[in-house]
This record gives sequence, C-alpha cells and structure tokens, in this order.
Amino acid sequence: MSIHMLSRRKFIRNTGALAASAGLMASTSEVAMAAGVTLGIVYVGPRDDFGWNQAHAVAAKALQSSGVKIIEEENVPETDACAKSMESMVNLDGAQIVLGTSFGYFSPFMVDLAKKYPKVEFRHAAPLWDASKHPMNLGSYFGYLNQAHYVDGVAAGLSTKSNKLGFVAAKPISSVLSNINSFLLGARKTNPNAIVQVIFTGDWSLPVREAEAVNALVDAGCDVITCHVDGPKVVIETAEKRGVKTCGHNASQAPLAPKGFITGAEYKWITIYKGYADKLAKGEKLPNMVAGGYDTDMVQNTPYGAGASDAARKAADAAIADLKAKKPIYVGPLKDNKGKIVIDKAYDNYDPYLDQMDYLLEGVVGSIT
Amino acid sequence: MSGGTPFIVLVAILGGALRVSTPFMFVALGECLTEKSGRVNLGLEGTLVLGAMSAYAVSYHTGSPWLGVLAAGCAGSALGAMHGFICKLPRVNDVAIGIAMMLFGTGIAFFFGKAYIQPTAPRLGSIMLGDWTGNPQLATALQINPLMIVGILVAIAMWWAFANTRWGLIVRMSGDSAPSAMAMGVSVDLVRFLATTAGGFLAGVGGAFLSLYYPGSWNQGLSSGQGLMAVALVIFARWNPLRCVAAAFLFGATGAIGPALQSVGITQGYYFFNAAPYILTLFIMIASAGSSKAGRDVPGELSIIK
Repeated sequence: MSIHMLSRRKFIRNTGALAASAGLMASTSEVAMAAGVTLGIVYVGPRDDFGWNQAHAVAAKALQSSGVKIIEEENVPETDACAKSMESMVNLDGAQIVLGTSFGYFSPFMVDLAKKYPKVEFRHAAPLWDASKHPMNLGSYFGYLNQAHYVDGVAAGLSTKSNKLGFVAAKPISSVLSNINSFLLGARKTNPNAIVQVIFTGDWSLPVREAEAVNALVDAGCDVITCHVDGPKVVIETAEKRGVKTCGHNASQAPLAPKGFITGAEYKWITIYKGYADKLAKGEKLPNMVAGGYDTDMVQNTPYGAGASDAARKAADAAIADLKAKKPIYVGPLKDNKGKIVIDKAYDNYDPYLDQMDYLLEGVVGSIT
Repeated sequence: MSGGTPFIVLVAILGGALRVSTPFMFVALGECLTEKSGRVNLGLEGTLVLGAMSAYAVSYHTGSPWLGVLAAGCAGSALGAMHGFICKLPRVNDVAIGIAMMLFGTGIAFFFGKAYIQPTAPRLGSIMLGDWTGNPQLATALQINPLMIVGILVAIAMWWAFANTRWGLIVRMSGDSAPSAMAMGVSVDLVRFLATTAGGFLAGVGGAFLSLYYPGSWNQGLSSGQGLMAVALVIFARWNPLRCVAAAFLFGATGAIGPALQSVGITQGYYFFNAAPYILTLFIMIASAGSSKAGRDVPGELSIIK
C-alpha cells in the first residue's frame, strides 16, 4: 500500500505538469481509480431539496462509494462564508479539489482562492471561467439540461389531451429560455398542435407563487406541467394534487408524483465528478472547461413514471438515441413568438449562438418582459 | 374550456384569495392582539416558519395533521412567551427583540427541519364548497380549508371581545395607557406577556397551514417573508381584527393576479402584476392615512409610535 502510494505521488510530481490540458473528460468506465482523492463540495441550499443541490449531492454520494473522500457543506451563502468553508476544506481536510455549485461563488471568492492555493484545483458549476482572466487551477463545468427537457417535451407531447403544456419558470435568463424552447420543440416533434404556456414567478424559490402558478395553468387547461425553479417539489406536488401529469427538473421528483410523473430532466454530475477524481488519482491535468449533454453522458432523464404511456416511452427513448447521435434540436427556419425568424438553419446542440437565447419560440405563450 | 378569459382570471383570483390568505390572516390576528396590548412582536416571521416545521414534523410522526396544527400553535406560543418574558425586563426594546426572535425562530426551524424536507407527512383535508356549481375550475377554487373558517371565527370573537368584555377592555387599556391600567390594579406586564403568547399561538397555526395545506410541504423557502408582510397588514387594517381578515383576503387575491393573467396569455409586465399586492397596499395606506380617524386607531403605548 505505502509503496503504491509513493509511486503514485512520484508519478503525479513527474507527469502532472506535462499532461494535456484541453478536451472533455475521459470515459468513466474505469472503476475505483479514484481512491485516495479528497474532494470538497459546497452547496448553496439543503442537499435534499429535490432540485439543484440534490442533483450535486447524489453525484457526490455516488463518488464516495468508489473510494473518494467527500467533504460537504450545505446552506452556504454566496458571500465570504463560501470562501471560508472552501478554505477550511483545503487547510483542515486536505481537499485536492473543491467544487462550488452556486453561481455567486465564482467571483471574487473562488478566483481569489485559486490564486491563493495554486496547488489545489477549483471547479465551478457555471460557464464563467475565462482563460485570459482566470488562474489555470480554476475551471467551469456544466450540463446542457435543455437536451433532457427536449426529451421531456417529446414524452409530454404524447401525454396531453388538451395540447396545452404548462411551464413554471423562475426568471427569463438564457438557460431557462433554452429549456422552455427545447421542451416545446420536443413536444412539437410528437404533437404538432402542442403549445407551451409559461408563467414566470420572478425568483428562484417562491413556493406559494409556484403553487399559484400551477393552479392557474391547470385552470387554463394545461394537463402536463413542468418547471425550471430551484426546488421543483411544490410544483410537482401541486400538479399531482390537481390530477395532471408532470415532468421533473434537476433531480428526480418521481416519488412526489406516484400517479402523474412522466419523466424528468436531470443532470448527471457523476460523469464529470468521476472524471475529475480519476484524473487527480492518476496525476493528470484537469480540463478547465467541461460541458456536455447526452452524447457525453452529462445529462439524463428520470426513469419513466406511471404517467408515461408506452408510446411516450418509445418516442422518448428514440429522442435520447437521436441526441446521443448528436442530432440537432434547433432546425430552422423557426420564428420567435413575435414572428421574427430567430433560427435560420440547423444549429449544432452546442452552438454558441444558442447560448445567447433571448426569445421564446412560436408556440410558447409567454413573454420575457 | 368553459367560460371566457375574464371568467378564468376571476376564478383564479377568487381561488388565490381563498388559498393564500389564511397564513396572512392568522399572523395578522396574532399581531393585532399583541399590538392591542401595547407591544410589537416583529418576530412572527420566525414563528410562522417554526410553526410550519413543527406542524409538518408532528404530522409526520403521529400521522395526525390536526395534532400538527396544535404543535405549531404550542411552538408559536413558546416563541411568543419568550418574547413576552424578555420584553418584561427593564430597558428592553421590543422591536429589537422581535428581530432577534425572527432569526432565532427561522434558525431553529431550519436546524430541526433538516430531516423533514424529504419525507411526506399527512396533510389537512379540504371542504368542497363548490361541487354544486358543476364547473371544475370553480369547484377547485372553492376548495377551502377548515383553518380558514377557524381564522374568521377567531377574528369575529376578537372583535366582539375587544368591544364587549372585561378582558378585551383590559387588553385595550394596557395598549392605550399603561398608567391607567396600573391605576386599576392591572398588571400591564402580565397582560402583554399573555397577549404575546396567544399571538404567537395564532401565528404558529398560520405556519401549520403553509406546510400542511397550501402549498403543503416543508422546505426552507416556504414562507419567503409572508410573516413580515402580515405584521405590516395589521397597520394597514388599523388594528381591527375584521379588517385584518379583509386585508388578508385582498392580499391573497391581488397576489393571484400575476400568475392568472400569464395563464390566459396576458404575459407582458408580469413583474408589475407580481408586485400588485404591494402597490395596492401602498395606495390604500396612503389613502387611509389621510382620514382623521386613522390616528385614533393606533394603540397609544406602541413603542414604534412613542
């Protein structure tokens, strides 16, 4: 054991600096390569929120079983407090890599820490890292969840009777708009008459208004509800109470809707986290930017619930196969819901043009202002 | 679907008023009682959150949501009693204690509530008032919770008791003029202690409504400031329990405008419509502050006025 450790350390020292830097993570098929690595992870909310934080915590837990030591802290605000928890993970627990999972952790906190601790790797879950401005031991990772929302839409299109799908969204920023538009395009693929009705609540976590939004959508005739808010628990439970079907977001909400759950859009952070741990164990340089979707196994759909019909399951499985084969979601010409052509050709699923989305497509009832 | 667009919006506003108003009502009634006795308890946001957590936890463990409601009330009275006790001490500012109690209440609710985010507890049922209409939207909007009726009855009882009973007179006198109350041999501190405790009970029950009925689950963002708004509603209702109920309904109804309009395709300016309850409150307060009667409704002993 100790000889093995020694040789690995030598290996790290000798080869670490020379290792290649670009590209996506290696395949994750190697098992238990990552033993001995200590990984710190900081969450902005509770680990069991049925949403964003839970998706990360599930991945951290899975990594733990492959021998990685996990140091976690939850409910850490986007202030000086996050820098303090991360610093203690480095100094007291010996974390070799620290993951910050909330948008506001990045600057200045993680940027400063990366400069202060150049031997520790810092990675942040939003595409904010810029090679020209930020240290090389810092980086970003994220998943194209809109691909999984597209699959939700494919299943939802076959599950609606009224052809009206409801979407409860927090704020009209590009990642939210991209999920709404992708959900619509998925639904239109299986049901050309489907429309998506959006309600923006105005903030990431407003349980009462989210419940009101679901009630308003169901009253207006929507019979499948999905959402993009921090904790989808209230949305899914309220929709289940109203007897309509649901698609999830961020983590698995299947247990909340035993009757109406179809499927849900989930991140698969474990792919990225395991990639980090494996590379650290081997002493390889970590990539600074990791992003991907179905074709790189970074997003997934929740296993089908009782609300998914056989036809919906088949269509969704086919859509997943298409995405794995990199088939584009956005194929022009497509208009926005004001009549202007916004998608003029077929765009690759990772085309930077799609990251700038500031419109809702024709077929979405809603407005971003 | 049946009915036109205005019908859908009206039904949504009615439903919103019936669904959302109850926690505001309970917190406002609790604060009304406390302030009538001459003390301000700004900690009711914390009481609401702790009530929500206790109700959910007790309902989960015992299987009885009504025991949960009782537990929420007891947790609320414990916080109220603490506030009342600390404020009896010399040279203590009740506003500052209230803010401390708010942080304390939410803090212990988050601490003990950790284990209850995931499990599902039995919820309170509802009374179907609208089944006779034969209209599914109207029937859903008219589903109400027994707690709402309890709240209205409490408001009527409080309004009657303030005007017609010896107890009501003592509470009002402690609030309007402590020297007169003391001259009558009334222990002002005890009256305020009891009024704050009872007010805490009501606010705790309001929390039980949040976690056990609507939206009906426990998580840390559940209240998002409703307890604070309800305290402000008391001023808006000018310390009258019946007006507290009306203010709570108005607030619930205007809060439903934003989602309801978006659901029928009126999607422009939703930030403005989401702000409707606050804008409306502001305008009514400005309008009512001008009336000559407004000044007379304020309990004379309130520390925010002195």
